[in-house]
Amino acid sequence: MAKPIELEINGKRYEVHSDPETPLLAVLRDELGLTGTKYGCGEGQCGACTVLLGGAPRRSCQIPVSAAASRSITTIEGLEKDGRLHPVQQAFVDQGAFQCAYCTSGMILSSVGLLSTNPSPSSAEIIQALQGNLCRCGTHPRVLEAVHQAAKVLQESGR
Amino acid sequence: MSGPSVTFVPEPERYEFRAGPIHHFELARRDFFKFLGAGIAVFAVAKNSRAAQETAPTHGFHHEDLPEDITAWLHIGEDGKVTAFTGKVEIGQNIRTSLAQTVADELRVAFESVTMVTADTALTPFDFGTVGSRSMPTMSPQLRRVASAARDLLVGAAAKEWNVAAEGLTAANGKVTDPATGRSLAYGELARGKTLAANLPAEDPVTPPDQWTVAGKSIPKVDGRKFVTGEHQYPPDLRRPGMMYGKVLRPPSFGATLTSYDAKAAQGMNGVVIVHDGDFIGAAAGNERDAQKALDAIRAEWKEIPQPSSEELFSYLKENAKPGGDERSRHTKGSMEEGLAAAAHRLEATYTVEFIAHAPLEPRAAVAEWNEGKLTVWTGSQRPFAVRDELADTFHIPGSNVRVINPDMGSGYGGKHTGDAALEAARLARAAGRPVKVVWTREEEFTWAYFRPAGVMEIKSGIAADGALTAWEFHNYNSGMSAIDTPYDVANQHIEFHSTKCPLRSGSYRGLAATANFFARESHMDELARAAQMDPLEFRLKNLSDPRLKAVFQAAAKSFGWPCKKVKDGQGFGIAGGHEKGGYVATCAEVAVDRSSGAVRVARMVTAFECGAIVNPDGLRNQVIGANIQGLGGALFEAIAFENGRITNPHFASYRVPRFRDVPEIEAVLLDRKDLASAGAGETPIMAVAPAVGNALFDASGTRPRGLPMVPNGLAAKKS
Repeated sequence: MAKPIELEINGKRYEVHSDPETPLLAVLRDELGLTGTKYGCGEGQCGACTVLLGGAPRRSCQIPVSAAASRSITTIEGLEKDGRLHPVQQAFVDQGAFQCAYCTSGMILSSVGLLSTNPSPSSAEIIQALQGNLCRCGTHPRVLEAVHQAAKVLQESGR
Repeated sequence: MSGPSVTFVPEPERYEFRAGPIHHFELARRDFFKFLGAGIAVFAVAKNSRAAQETAPTHGFHHEDLPEDITAWLHIGEDGKVTAFTGKVEIGQNIRTSLAQTVADELRVAFESVTMVTADTALTPFDFGTVGSRSMPTMSPQLRRVASAARDLLVGAAAKEWNVAAEGLTAANGKVTDPATGRSLAYGELARGKTLAANLPAEDPVTPPDQWTVAGKSIPKVDGRKFVTGEHQYPPDLRRPGMMYGKVLRPPSFGATLTSYDAKAAQGMNGVVIVHDGDFIGAAAGNERDAQKALDAIRAEWKEIPQPSSEELFSYLKENAKPGGDERSRHTKGSMEEGLAAAAHRLEATYTVEFIAHAPLEPRAAVAEWNEGKLTVWTGSQRPFAVRDELADTFHIPGSNVRVINPDMGSGYGGKHTGDAALEAARLARAAGRPVKVVWTREEEFTWAYFRPAGVMEIKSGIAADGALTAWEFHNYNSGMSAIDTPYDVANQHIEFHSTKCPLRSGSYRGLAATANFFARESHMDELARAAQMDPLEFRLKNLSDPRLKAVFQAAAKSFGWPCKKVKDGQGFGIAGGHEKGGYVATCAEVAVDRSSGAVRVARMVTAFECGAIVNPDGLRNQVIGANIQGLGGALFEAIAFENGRITNPHFASYRVPRFRDVPEIEAVLLDRKDLASAGAGETPIMAVAPAVGNALFDASGTRPRGLPMVPNGLAAKKS
């Protein structure tokens, strides 16, 4: 059996015995049951598998699980705190910024990553940050609105 | 659906999957109450089963007699909770919300007290499929009728309880009230201890749209919270105890047959199950990686067949058309000869559309589990009942031994009508003796799914000096007949669909052939307007008497500011419209061409859409704008490239779909016709996008785009 790999996901410690080359995405979904992170292409082209690695948005399909060891990982399951949605999640609900919503986890995490480094992004900056996230249903304008709303809420709450 | 070298008999719409079998209603009414608890239930029994199923299956499955057809039902429990059942699938189009609104509205209960149970072949009534924008026009009235009948039952129960006449009682806010005494009973109280079932009187009156209270409102999407927290389980997310992960060894090209194979090395791998059945080779293992490793260790030899490439696509379609055509797919009015003779301007042009892929972000996926000869499959399909039949046929078991459960899924756009992943998972699970999950890779999705058919459209036309159409001849090769007719007034016309050999597996795509036929027709109308030296909108209105189509043209133009003055170099404006599937659409587009680089950008779009009475304005707006954005992909840059039975761009890196930077400013103008029944809205809003953009591109550049995609690599390098 492979040497155990320690992961810190959403503030919780996990030990997995996967092949170290296994993509983080497969470990999250298949080993740990964290299926909120989606497979869309496995090629780093669609953003559905986006997680925060050390706070920065990364494509979990492109990261071998061994490279994620000892770094903090945030998935969509880790954003809600004490039954309260993260302002970005709340903004997506408020703006109805989804149709099939399969891209939503990745959109939200990319947006959370953006707002952590750029608290009041322009539309152009949001577009730049989300250019790697595909939405096939065409909900882009609402996603843009949701990120603007979340930025405003986060700024007002001083988070 | 077609594969290599297969010629199909033309039918009204060859690329909408048809002819689904009808099955027995399996949940006996007695069991229904056992399952849901006591209460009141109403079953909609269609007077004419075929009409109710909208797509006319022609034979009973397994040669059984057609059963009495139950199309929808609902149950009111002792707690007052309402559960309504439909075989439709939520695929992002928002029917879970809009159908619940319909039920709540008719039953006079709060929206929150209604739960929709969808797309489970063991629990929901047979349904042909979530296709053709039919959920609203067919399911909504059926659910309204059951809700209305349930309301009558509740009123009757209250009348009996109080020993008064039912006529004086009212039903509202989830209770029945006697205005004479002021007393009331909640629906839950009335349902208590009862197992009251009724078949629906076929033609109950339903509440007209101008009296709707819950329908017609922008109620937020049901389960929104589950979608933003990752809690919702899509088909690829499902797990079963002891589940294995399956992979399928794909042939090197379409139609290749297995000549020899050696799986010794793979079979020796720990915990791996290999299945070889005909040309199918698959592996199941404890995880996806091990299943893939096993496949990699298999040595397989394939016999391939020569096949055409995308370079020769359009000549191939023309050359392989069925000689002489088919009477059923053409019609003529007046005389083309006379129409052309009377014309002051004549025009002939050919338009083309490439194969494109649906590329739903959620790929095909299924989990299959066998239990004592019975099969349960969780999958993402727009046609769960058809998948059930595919499974029953494939494994030679009765349909009653197969249950297909379809969670709300990561969309389809017409691309998930088949049960491919379900069959694969079920085959592997049967061999493994454990549940197996199969999730297609993106490359598999781009290669082994089916495509929107390519097509060639040829138009010959004539107009009088005043711009009135005198002749219209329209031929479509391969892509299909949806919206093949012109909505304009032309005395002399000939319309014909030509069936041809189709080089790739093809099937439904949002709007079917209407995107191709709209593109050809509305581009050609623009060319004619220019020949007549008329404003393109004015030219259309002159040749149009359909008031609903006129209304959307005028609404789009008004909001867009048509006619627009060019104020920037490289700027251009275009308009297009039409109707299909009961919906009326017009789109105005503004493009910006960078003359030095050839880059084309759509800057602004306004789409006006009318589909009768609007059930959920916000949900509709989301659909209309989404369709516009999706339509930009096929209009500008999407095209499947293929060579000798292989797809050569099966990745998002090489198959370009719209991204944030491609999205223009878009406005949806929604016309609410409360005097008209609700039509579906999933498809028609996509149809005018490509021609509006093409017409704007011509206006900007003077180059007429006659092929889709128009500018896969910018204007300078464009293909046609």
